[in-house]
Amino acid sequence: MNLLGKIKFDFMGKRKIAMIFSLVLITISIGSLITRGLNFGLDFTGGTAVVVEFKKDISLDDVRASLKSSDFVDASVQNFGSSKSIQIRFQSKNDAESSQLRDQLKEIITPLDTDVEVGKGDFIGSQVGEELVDQGSLAILYAIIGILLYVTMRFEWRFSIGSVVALVHDVILTVGVFSIVQMEFDLTILAALLAVIGYSLNDTIVVFDRVRENFKTLRKKSPSEVFNISIAQTLSRTVITSLTTLLVLTALFIFGGAMIHGFAFALIVGVVIGTYSSIFVASTATLTLGISREDLMPVEKEGVNLDHIP
Amino acid sequence: MNHYPLWKNLLIIFVLALGVFYALPNIYGRSEVVQTSAIKSQVVDDTLIAEMTDKLKDGNISDFEISIEEDTIITKFNNIEDQFKGKEILDTLSGYKSALNLKPNVPEWLESAGGNAMNLGLDLKGGVYFLMEVDMEQALEDKFNQIRGDSIQILSKAKISKKSLKWDDNKLVIKFKSSELAEKAFDKLRKQLNEVSFKQRTIDGVDAVVGTIRDKAISDIKNKAIEKNITTIRSRVNEYGVAEPIVQKQGAERIIVQLPGVQDSSEIKGTLDAVATLEYRAVDMNQNHNALAIMQSGKPAPLGYKLYKDSDGRPVLLSKRIIATGDQLIDANAGTDTESGGPMVSVKLNSVGAKRMLDFTRNNVGNNMAVVFKERVLSHKDETTGKNVYKEEQTVINNAVINGVFSNQFRTTGLESPKFATKLALQLRSGSLAAPVEIVREKTIGPSLGKDNIDKGFNSVVIGFVLVLIFMLIYYRMFGVVANVALLFNVVLIVAVLSLVGATLTLPGIAGIVLTVGMAVDANVLIFERIKEELALGNTPQGSIKAGYGKALSTIADANITTFIAAIVLFAFGTGPIKGFAVTLSIGILTSMFTAIMVTRAIVNKMYGNKPKLKTLSI
Repeated sequence: MNLLGKIKFDFMGKRKIAMIFSLVLITISIGSLITRGLNFGLDFTGGTAVVVEFKKDISLDDVRASLKSSDFVDASVQNFGSSKSIQIRFQSKNDAESSQLRDQLKEIITPLDTDVEVGKGDFIGSQVGEELVDQGSLAILYAIIGILLYVTMRFEWRFSIGSVVALVHDVILTVGVFSIVQMEFDLTILAALLAVIGYSLNDTIVVFDRVRENFKTLRKKSPSEVFNISIAQTLSRTVITSLTTLLVLTALFIFGGAMIHGFAFALIVGVVIGTYSSIFVASTATLTLGISREDLMPVEKEGVNLDHIP
Repeated sequence: MNHYPLWKNLLIIFVLALGVFYALPNIYGRSEVVQTSAIKSQVVDDTLIAEMTDKLKDGNISDFEISIEEDTIITKFNNIEDQFKGKEILDTLSGYKSALNLKPNVPEWLESAGGNAMNLGLDLKGGVYFLMEVDMEQALEDKFNQIRGDSIQILSKAKISKKSLKWDDNKLVIKFKSSELAEKAFDKLRKQLNEVSFKQRTIDGVDAVVGTIRDKAISDIKNKAIEKNITTIRSRVNEYGVAEPIVQKQGAERIIVQLPGVQDSSEIKGTLDAVATLEYRAVDMNQNHNALAIMQSGKPAPLGYKLYKDSDGRPVLLSKRIIATGDQLIDANAGTDTESGGPMVSVKLNSVGAKRMLDFTRNNVGNNMAVVFKERVLSHKDETTGKNVYKEEQTVINNAVINGVFSNQFRTTGLESPKFATKLALQLRSGSLAAPVEIVREKTIGPSLGKDNIDKGFNSVVIGFVLVLIFMLIYYRMFGVVANVALLFNVVLIVAVLSLVGATLTLPGIAGIVLTVGMAVDANVLIFERIKEELALGNTPQGSIKAGYGKALSTIADANITTFIAAIVLFAFGTGPIKGFAVTLSIGILTSMFTAIMVTRAIVNKMYGNKPKLKTLSI
């Protein structure tokens, strides 16, 4: 079976359109990040989160309204898995205050539904939150540096810039989507972002690998043509892998439960963006940096010590 | 022409068989159990089992199994409700403690061959999680005082007179009358106090020696404080009765406590972070001293005495000399006083404490002795630094006439409630914390949520997996079947490795497995697409297989190594959920390279390798 047949498409000829498209998306993402910001979860802000299970359907606005008229003005209220259960987050300095506020909360929302069950509540100090932000940002930074080094070593510096441009593009857009839909951004989402980096890179490297190979065999073609041919050759693989990954992610999103809902969502968004970027962003950036056949010639003995594996 | 040597085939079969064997323990499921063990040296035997069986039957629980494993009795229940009810019933056994747990039903023959089921994280089995921060200020202050004392002793022993000696902004400043004295002191101190680095300085024209604690000594102090705290907290947790608790260090100043099966965090919380100890002091028996008058006038207490208050706020004058402290205590048990019927704690002292107690009581029969309960409690939060400020609260909990001479064993009676007596005994037994701790993170996962998480995680893995299998089958036909077999073995291998290395499976970990399933087919897709290309270029089927595998290899290696770098970084810098995800992701990358490249090749070779006249491939 063949999904895509033989493709002849001038991907690189469309690179101006792709670039404008990406720039628009990035502008929207950054704009949203500046104006709306991210809905940071407890992991980063510190405070207390309590899951409240109602016995009947409840509207978030009702809960918000009853909290407004009390000490919980800044509390964030959102659904947690079903329309009957909601998560309420509020600021608290230490765990004594946290459990005291939880009791207060119970009193406030009991009039909405007398059978309501107020969960045990998670507390996290704000200092811990700050550390997690630092650690998370550091992790992303180190991952990017490690990847830059590896790709430079195996390919060429233009490729490594190209792949990093693509993954920064993916991270900004994914975070941007989280800012636009105001989904809770917690530690698992950060893990998902790092997985997106890995995935996006995986995709990009496959295309680059083909480009490197084709530069050696298709001696008469221009760099732009080599990129077009390489992308076309790897396109069916790119689409199939994205499809299988999306299949499992959708299963995770629908059946995985409230705790990995956001995680699956981040990966779905990331995989879609990552697939687009490996075709249009990474190659475009590398080509724009002026890659040529000569740049790749010294690395002829690639894969030498891997030959004996299969 | 497509042929693997025999050893390679055997190696692949061996690895896969090993994988299946060590993944096997996970298919037997888990049961809700209550683990019952003796608090002290009470017997655990068949009579106890009979007693437990009767109690449970009286409580209307019929479906359970009881067995003994070493010195613990395991009662297996059919559901969470029975398990909870069962624990409540078994908690009434005096002298024994019971804990909730989720135990894998691994058959004995498998267990004896080293087969273990994966550990489940707290998010999958329910429980309480605490992250505690150790307040190092106190530990450092104690060290400052000790060094101060040592310095004074060294100087007086060497007969070097000093003008002043004090800690000023983490520096020990000792001033002298002359530079010769300073020189001599510097020489002595430097040689004898190697935890401190000394320098000779002139401060405002005065000769001085200035000492700062070495970084190494500071980190030693911190390490010791945290190690001592971990030991204390661990013994408190054990006293409380928790199955498979985790108490470990995180970073330089934090402690993680994970208590599976515990649901009521508030009760155990008060026990874990309590910093309490007892002191036995003599009561001032001088009739001329009136404690109430002293308190009301605000005048200082008479020389050698200090003013305390009892739990009702009444003043008591106690001697500054301590007879014995909680540190000298070996054992403490709560009980009921046979004479008064009130709650009491019986205490056993070590030889040092016993000797001092004997010396004191011998000369003081008829006099009063008081028990002071010392506790560090949160006073307020310093708004400028954001740090908690603690204060020491000292309360006289008992003030009684010494009836006779005693030494290592005695009772403290007249306590406010049986609950207080139990708590006090527990705190005394487990020792005191070296430095106060503060809970900076708390999380409770209900047992039903844990079960829900397992079910949902498992379901989503199965559904996602089946979808991928169907897709591969339709798209690649025979080769799809091969890829699916490899995918199946991939999951088996991941589970086997996780079980074997004792990694803990968490919800993000399951997500990592799911993601690996999605990405594991990538290698096969790369190979199969390459084979298709070769066929389209007119290569023979045999040649296409060879070229397809060969050419895809460097791409697969490059792509997987870059993802692996990301996974390693996640593991190194991540905490909690990120780490769990990174572990399964990196194991998945390694196993998927093996199954997608070597296992599929072995199968393809067996299917097509011996057919030189092969015309087409089912791809």
